[in-house]
This record gives sequence, C-alpha cells and structure tokens, in this order.
Amino acid sequence: MKKIEAIIKPFKLDDVKNALTKIGIQGMTVTEVKGFGRQKGHTEIYRGAEYTIDFLPKVKIEIVIQDEWVLQAIETIQRIARTGKIGDGKIFLIPIEEAIRIRTGERGKDAI
Amino acid sequence: MRRIGMNVDTGDTAWILISSALVMLMTPGLALFYGGMVRSKNVLGTIMQSFIALGVITIQWVLYGYSLAFGPTIGGIIGSFDWMGLRGVGLDPYPDYSATVPHQAFMIFQMMFAVITPALITGAFAERFKFKTYLVFLILWSTFVYDPLAHWVWGNGGWIKNLGALDFAGGLVVHISSGISALAATLIVGKRKGYGDEPMPPHNLTMTLLGAALLWFGWFGFNGGSAVASGSLATNAFVVTHISTASAALSWMMVEWAYRGNPTVLGAASGAVAGLVAITPASGFVGPVSAIIIGGVGGTVCYLAINLKFKFKYDDSLDVVGVHGVGGTWGALATGLFASKMINSTGKDGLFFGNPSLIGIQALSVVSAWIYSFVITLILLKILDWTMGLRVSEEHEINGLDISQHGEAGYSF
Repeated sequence: MKKIEAIIKPFKLDDVKNALTKIGIQGMTVTEVKGFGRQKGHTEIYRGAEYTIDFLPKVKIEIVIQDEWVLQAIETIQRIARTGKIGDGKIFLIPIEEAIRIRTGERGKDAI
Repeated sequence: MRRIGMNVDTGDTAWILISSALVMLMTPGLALFYGGMVRSKNVLGTIMQSFIALGVITIQWVLYGYSLAFGPTIGGIIGSFDWMGLRGVGLDPYPDYSATVPHQAFMIFQMMFAVITPALITGAFAERFKFKTYLVFLILWSTFVYDPLAHWVWGNGGWIKNLGALDFAGGLVVHISSGISALAATLIVGKRKGYGDEPMPPHNLTMTLLGAALLWFGWFGFNGGSAVASGSLATNAFVVTHISTASAALSWMMVEWAYRGNPTVLGAASGAVAGLVAITPASGFVGPVSAIIIGGVGGTVCYLAINLKFKFKYDDSLDVVGVHGVGGTWGALATGLFASKMINSTGKDGLFFGNPSLIGIQALSVVSAWIYSFVITLILLKILDWTMGLRVSEEHEINGLDISQHGEAGYSF
C-alpha cells in the first residue's frame, strides 16, 4: 500500500477528484494548505502599509491505494493538475505500513 | 397652570431624538470600522472598547458630565455641578441651547457625542491596551478633556465660543480632541509588538466597510441634528455632509490609485470618514460647492497625513491622528475660509466671503484644542501607566485581546 500526497492549485481540485474517481479510486482526504516553492507571492497595501504575502493557498490531496494502481494514479494527477505555469505543485509517494477500516476492523487491502 | 412642554415644537423634537439615535448608532459603527482593521485575535477587544463607552460615558454624563460641559459657567472655563444627576434638566426647552426642544432631548443628543469621542482614540492604541485601565481612562478623559473642551466651544459662556470660533458639530470638540489625544497616546503606549516585522493586515474589510457605512448614515444625525431644529439649517448640514463624504471618498481613492496602483476599498472607506470629519465643523455654515472642495481636499490631505506615521515611526494603528486630527484641523480652518452668512445668518462669513478675521479665530481655537488635549491626555496616561499599567503583557498581546482580556473568541470555525 502506498500513500500519494499531491499538493495542487486549488482550482484544479474538482477536475483531479473527478479523474481519480473515473479510474476507480474511491476515497480521498483533502486539506486546504498554504505554501510556496518557486512561485512568488504578491504584495498587498493597506493604508500605506505594504505586506508581502509569501504563502499561497494550495490544496493537499491524500489517497492510500494498492501498489498496482499507483502509477496510473500519479499519471492522472499530474496530467489533470498541470497548467504549465510555476506553482502547479508536487506529488509525493509514501509507503504505508497498515490500514484499518474503523467500522468493520478490516485490515490491509480490504480496508482501502 | 403651565403644562410641561409648552413651546415644544414636535418637528424639532422628533428630529433631535432621531438624530440622537443616529449618533448612537455611530458608536457600534465605529466598533465595526475599527474591528475589521485589526487582526482576528483582537476583534472583540477592539469592538468592546467602542461599545463599552456607551455604558461608561452614559452614566458619567448623567451624573456630572453634562453639568460640567453645558452647565452654568464658571469663568468660561467649566460648567458648575448645578446639574449633577440632571437636576434641573427637565422636559421644558432650555432656551440657551434648545429653544423649541425639551432640555433632556438636547442633553441626550449631546451625550452621544460624548460617548463616541473617546472611542475614536482607541484606534491609536489598538491591539495592546489593558481593558481595566481603559475603563478608568474613559472616565478621566471625558471628565478632564472632553467636558471642559465642550464647555469652551459650545457651553453658554464658554471662552472659545465667546471668541467667535465656529464649530457646528464637533470639529474641535470631537475630532481634533480625539486626534491629538491619540497622538499623545501612541507616544506613551508605544508600538505593537512586531510592528514593522510581522504582517498585520486587516482581518475583515467587509466588516470595516459596514462600519464606515453606518458612520456615514449616523453622521446625518451628528451634523444635521446639531441644528437643534428641523428645517433649513438641518437640511443644509445634511446635504453638505453627504456631498463632502462622497467627494472625499473619491479623492482618497484616486490619490491612492495614482500613488500606489490600486483603488482600494479601505481607501474609499477611509476617504469617506475623512470627508465626514472635515465637514463636521463647517456643516452649518457652508454650501454644497464648498462641500465638494472641503471633502476633496480633506480626502487627499488625510491620505497624505497617514503616511507621516511611517516617516516619524509611530504606531497610530488605525490612523486616528491622520484622519481625525488632521481632518478636523482642515475642517476647522476650512470653516474659516468657506463660511457664509447666506447659509446661516447667525454664523459668520469666512475669508472667501470677505471676512479675513474668522480664519484667525479658527486657527487660535484649533491650537488651543491641540495643546490642551495633548497635554492633559499625556498627563492622564502617564498617571495611569504608573498606577495601573497601560499595556497588556507580552504574552497577552501575542495571544490576543479577545482571549486575554475577555476570555472569548470572536470566531469559532
């Protein structure tokens, strides 16, 4: 089992979610986050006081899936979330030791 | 046998009572105007400083504040305690102040001015002042700055009134006093922790704009009601108030657009308030075209003034000095330029209407208000600093006023 963590531009969330559902990925967890990489922030001015806003709003998608589906999921996310402009985001892959379904107690493949 | 209320004009009285309610609404309006501009952890603390003035100053005014401000004069300097507890302030008109309106209506109208004036100062020391000390400051400042100044300018026999200075609705008494007192306060209280390094942008400009709109609305009572009658003079004040505000909102927005690249919402709202401040002393003496100029110049001058705090490195957090101090000063001087007896025959002509003496009297009244407000406020704050402490602790300032001073959170998401 692997966890895919994808940090993407917020407006891409719906498209990515729909594309993942179409290839059979049933669930995901989404968090609103702030961050920056190479994308520059912007400046806001309030009554003469300048504020440089470094952190940009992003969305983090987390999905835990079987190893066999990882390649296709990553390819889908990258294809759909890409705009070609700086700030498109990143995808990380993390090994998962165990997964448990709370309602039934199922473990492993049956839990995800 | 005389009935209570003979000579009372129902139209005049209705307008004064409505105006009192309009001015009352300006205090929560101010609370929201300021509240939106601070960080979210301080929103309740900021709102509370304005709101609680309604409680504290109301009682002070009834017990002795009205008497000191408007009571029988002692040497033109202060009123006596004759009207303590509103003794003698009844439902008949009091001709020196309100010929056709019950004395208590005039009293309650004036009360709303006394309430909002110290609340204006709170913008200068936003996000760092101890609530307990603030309650005491409210009482002391009203007693030793507001009441005497109101007496000088509006009280029967007041020395600034006798000098011939014109202040229709509070350029001196409300705006210059609070603006210059705010300057004294910023110097004593000191900067916010992290000022200049940490970002402190407004947390909710929608709230600020709502507050500005309520101020604009209420100000029709502030200036219109100062005619103490319903009719032509109230109409003039109402009309020029609106025109000046519109002109100033546009003026600030345009200047900021040219200088900084964006027409901001905060700029339009701030410009509107600057226009309201500037027209306040002039509203019963100037006409519509003068109002366009007074507002237009006021918006620009106040915009330039707020940039002074960066030059002189003081943290007047919500720009009380730049908007009320400078705006009120411009308004008081503009009255000396644009006043016309054709608008108000009981007033005077200004420089542009052939009378050069008024502007000198206005300038003298302005300087007196500056000096008095600044010095007394400095002394009061110094005493409070030694006895009670003015600032919250560093930890409380970091955690925010809402939780540290009031045990509450403004928002729970």
